[in-house]
Amino acid sequence: METFALWPPALLTLRLAAVTTAILLLIATPLAWWLSRSHNRLKPAVEAVVALPLVLPPTVLGFYLLIALGPQGFIGAPWLAATGETLTFSFAGLVVGSVIYSLPFVVQPLQTAFTAVGEPLLEAAATLRASPWDRFLSITLPAARRGFVIAATLGFAHTVGEFGVILMIGGNIPGKTQVLSIAIYDRVETLHYGDAHALAAGLLVFSFVALLTVYGLGRRTRTGWRS
Amino acid sequence: MNTAAPPSTLRLRLSLRHGDFALAVDETLPAAGILALHGPSGAGKTTLLRCIAGLERATGGFLSHGNATWQDDAQAAFVAPHRRRVGVVFQEARLFDHLTVRGNLQYGLRRTPAAERRIGLEEVVAALDLAPLLDRAPQRLSGGERQRVALGRALLTSPRLLLLDEPLSALDRSRKDAILTFLAQLPARYGISLIYVSHTLDEVIQVADYLVLLEEGRIAGHGPLADVLGRLDLPLAQRDDAGAVLEAEVSGHDERYHLTRLRLADQHLTISRLARRAGEKLRLHIHARDVSLALNPPADTTILNVLPCRITAIAPADNPAQALVGLESGGQALLARITRKSCDQLGMKPGITVYAQIKSVALTL
Repeated sequence: METFALWPPALLTLRLAAVTTAILLLIATPLAWWLSRSHNRLKPAVEAVVALPLVLPPTVLGFYLLIALGPQGFIGAPWLAATGETLTFSFAGLVVGSVIYSLPFVVQPLQTAFTAVGEPLLEAAATLRASPWDRFLSITLPAARRGFVIAATLGFAHTVGEFGVILMIGGNIPGKTQVLSIAIYDRVETLHYGDAHALAAGLLVFSFVALLTVYGLGRRTRTGWRS
Repeated sequence: MNTAAPPSTLRLRLSLRHGDFALAVDETLPAAGILALHGPSGAGKTTLLRCIAGLERATGGFLSHGNATWQDDAQAAFVAPHRRRVGVVFQEARLFDHLTVRGNLQYGLRRTPAAERRIGLEEVVAALDLAPLLDRAPQRLSGGERQRVALGRALLTSPRLLLLDEPLSALDRSRKDAILTFLAQLPARYGISLIYVSHTLDEVIQVADYLVLLEEGRIAGHGPLADVLGRLDLPLAQRDDAGAVLEAEVSGHDERYHLTRLRLADQHLTISRLARRAGEKLRLHIHARDVSLALNPPADTTILNVLPCRITAIAPADNPAQALVGLESGGQALLARITRKSCDQLGMKPGITVYAQIKSVALTL
């Protein structure tokens, strides 16, 4: 009987979640800032697009990502030309998919936190000689720091728990694209219930601790988010 | 001081519409000393203040302060609030909760170039009694404490112009008086001019040198405080607490009767003993309802204070039984509210000399 190593899928999952969360914070911060301040006509449309992963079946998202990331896709083709590798069935492909899939979980808490900072404080800072960029760094960011912790935790945890999208675009290559949720599915299919138990219990505990962190912070700050 | 410098003025030509409310202002106002912006709620005081600070942008407007042009829509010019050197004390303090009181005070100070600093941290802390609060979080301050910190924070940017939007509405009487006294010293001490928004006439009378009356988005009248208060054609004169302000100087005390003598030009007033030294200048508020008139110097009266005056104008009061009489004594305006019947029976008319009997004198600061 083959021996199954629990650690490679766990480490791969953590690496994916860490990279995804870092990229998400970079993308979501300006996006959430714009959404919290804009009165643009396009704002509802942008909000709807950001929230799509919340309602779409992961297979739908995964299907379109598979096409877009594929060797002929509008993301996959230039990637192939630039790096000589395909995006599908690769770690980079998983990152792209995860960033899109977890986007609302990072944007929404940040948007809520930025909105809560409120125009009055920023106006006060302006009359105290702070430029717009200075106001963002000195008022908005510190005041929204709990929002950042919540956003990062949710983005990380949600990426860890991702299944459908990964299955569609990443397949199930051990050590390369086989993340925890896929590994569990794989172990159950092959009737290795012991392995599945170990992995599933680990994810359960991790997810609970992550949510406890989020709700603990949320209760203190009354920062809510929609999901 | 360079006497050739242009007089410091605030040139305003602003119009703005917010739903039903419209602001339309086209005036040149003095930007020296303390200018009070007074009017009922909803008159547009806060909106006008926000335009001056650059927090709101009026359309097709022009706004300049001294040599600095802040907005000129003909040139598509608009100076952002953080470049205007205008300090603002908002009605609701607006302290930064993620900083301590000290952090709040230093916020603007750190962003003020050393060459522009005229007021130091220690000075502000001492003047506003902030030392016990420095390490506290803003959430743990009372309303009055928050306003003192907000005032200190704004002062530490060494603004050219300090805008105060009903800053004392949350404060009790004694704190109010202490802060008003401090505010009154700012123009002379630091060369800061103030625009003080208040719908409380008492506060305005205590601090203002110049009064601008705002009504329904328009300037209904403006001028030196005593002139505006002495005018009969403004709605202000119809109020029950209408009255004139007089500048007086303490000339001495009468210890036997516990009285203080005040000098106004060539006249004297006697009021209850004040803890003020001879030579100190005072501002008195004399309500129109406390002034009665006689054609001859009254004899055998219990009223101590009688000033010979010349009638400058007579106007009907909103109350049909009464008339308002504008008076002038030693160059200062006085206001009396008398019955229309007495006015006719005694043949009161502009130009004649009468004797104003003053029943009570209120001290403003």
